[in-house]
Amino acid sequence: MLDARAMIARGRRRDAAFNILGWACAVVVLSALAALLTNLCIQGLSRIDWQFLTSFPSRRPQQAGILSAWVGSILVILVTACTAIPLGVAAGIYLEEYARKNWFTTIIEINIVNLAGVPSIIYGLMALGLFVYQFHFGQSILSGGLTLAFLILPIVIVATREAMRAIPKHIREAAYALGATRLEVVRHHLLPYSAGGIGTGVIIGISRAIGETAPLVTIGALTFIAFLPPSPIVVDPALQIQPFKWIMSPFTVLPIQMFNWVSRPGEEFLKNAAAAGVVLMVVTLGLNAAAIVVRHRIRRRIKW
Amino acid sequence: MVTRGIGVEPRRTLPPLPRPEIPVSVSPTSIKPEPLGTPAPATPPATVKAEVQNLNFFYGTHQAVKNVSLRLLENHVTALIGPSGCGKTTLLRCFNRMHDLYPNTRYDGRIILNPGGINIVDRAVNPIEMRMRISMVFQKPNPFPKSIYENVAYGLRLRGLKSRSELEGRVEVALRGAALWDEVKDRLKKQAYDLSGGQQQRLCIARALAIEPEIVLFDEPTSALDPVATGKIEELMYELKSRLTIIIVTHNMQQAARVSDYTAFMYLGELVEVDQTAKIFQNPSKPLTEQYISGRFG
Repeated sequence: MLDARAMIARGRRRDAAFNILGWACAVVVLSALAALLTNLCIQGLSRIDWQFLTSFPSRRPQQAGILSAWVGSILVILVTACTAIPLGVAAGIYLEEYARKNWFTTIIEINIVNLAGVPSIIYGLMALGLFVYQFHFGQSILSGGLTLAFLILPIVIVATREAMRAIPKHIREAAYALGATRLEVVRHHLLPYSAGGIGTGVIIGISRAIGETAPLVTIGALTFIAFLPPSPIVVDPALQIQPFKWIMSPFTVLPIQMFNWVSRPGEEFLKNAAAAGVVLMVVTLGLNAAAIVVRHRIRRRIKW
Repeated sequence: MVTRGIGVEPRRTLPPLPRPEIPVSVSPTSIKPEPLGTPAPATPPATVKAEVQNLNFFYGTHQAVKNVSLRLLENHVTALIGPSGCGKTTLLRCFNRMHDLYPNTRYDGRIILNPGGINIVDRAVNPIEMRMRISMVFQKPNPFPKSIYENVAYGLRLRGLKSRSELEGRVEVALRGAALWDEVKDRLKKQAYDLSGGQQQRLCIARALAIEPEIVLFDEPTSALDPVATGKIEELMYELKSRLTIIIVTHNMQQAARVSDYTAFMYLGELVEVDQTAKIFQNPSKPLTEQYISGRFG
């Protein structure tokens, strides 16, 4: 005979045990992350000041700063975004809306998902051969930005496709039934409705790209840069407009600068590295927060 | 003769909609717009608006519509009834070539659309041209996640209408035609999804009417609605048929009896019987129809 009360009591005990176990796991993970952040902040926070943000790297740790690194990071990411977003979104739209479903497109799909898992240093090797040696872009912002663009392209493509797939079939049919062409359906409906999902994917891709070091080291990004890329507008001695000259300039980025400092002897350089790390964390977490906000705001407007 | 009358309520006369130039292989005269002022004859002689001739339709190797022949009379409501999976929705979706959106579908046979005598299911005929003349209301209300106004204006914008005043006029006419104007006139810029289910469906009807279609296809338009909203939409259909032709797929036999002039009973992809609605429901000529009507299967 089954004793219902005993069974219920046993079920409750198991439930409580699982509850505690899950809670403990969450605490372990979160406290590891918190410890990491606190450690970084204790070491680095005091080092962050105006001087640190506006100085070039230096032999003397007290005078060193991350000016060339954060400017380089922004410019590289600019190139990455300008390439990866249009390419990735267009490829996603094509695969989801235009491509016929056959074995060929299935292979392409599988490979795009696989590409997202390829180690980033492999992209660096590919870029070294293609951009640096083949196209002679040199060890420039252009090469770096394109490398990272290739790295995050699968993320953008997959995000675009998933966002489009989430749009219900009956919305598409409504537009087609009114006589819209495929391009009109994409432009008037699919893109606006999937903007939240695409935006989220893009931001997550970009925040991954900001932290990448290996592929940029592979293509030969320098670790010590004591100058800024040429400004697009030069006033002195004569007015000059050179909107794209910066793109061929050598560069460094925040994680490379950090790596450079970590590999040097001396407590002071480690402090600099931690400070650069804090800046990097703030930028990345800020971008992730932006992704959440974007998704939330667009979701709120769109319902079906 | 098409009487593409405009709304019920406001007596404003708007010029005919510009129809985009679409290359037509069969007969270029077919997209010439009829003047709006065409007076409707007092008792219009029933002209054949569309004629289905030996239509077969295939999903891959599965044949969903089998050798159907059917005449649709202008300014009449034709109901398609039959048990689930009998091919009635599939047949309906042949009229605006919705099946073209999906791979591995094949039409065989003809659906002749008058005036012009175009074969709708001819692969050489651009489906968009057909969708410009034949609009559709779906089973589930499916407004776009845009404003009420934009939902109705969308079909007009697709036809290249840009003038704001004309868009506003036509949106109003369409919303009045769908008996929704009074409920939404103060909140045209609000999201369509703030409306109730019944209002959403009437919005979809307004969206379908705004483009001044010759035929409106209703695919179980009230299956997601409560009885009050259903009643409103049925009344609407009764009013609409004076200026266009309606085909409605319905699971609800009372609905077919209430709204339609002709009823076609389909079973396993075949058209069993088509006749005047009263005849089908009171004295069907085929035993299968009689069995279905009396609820012995389906």
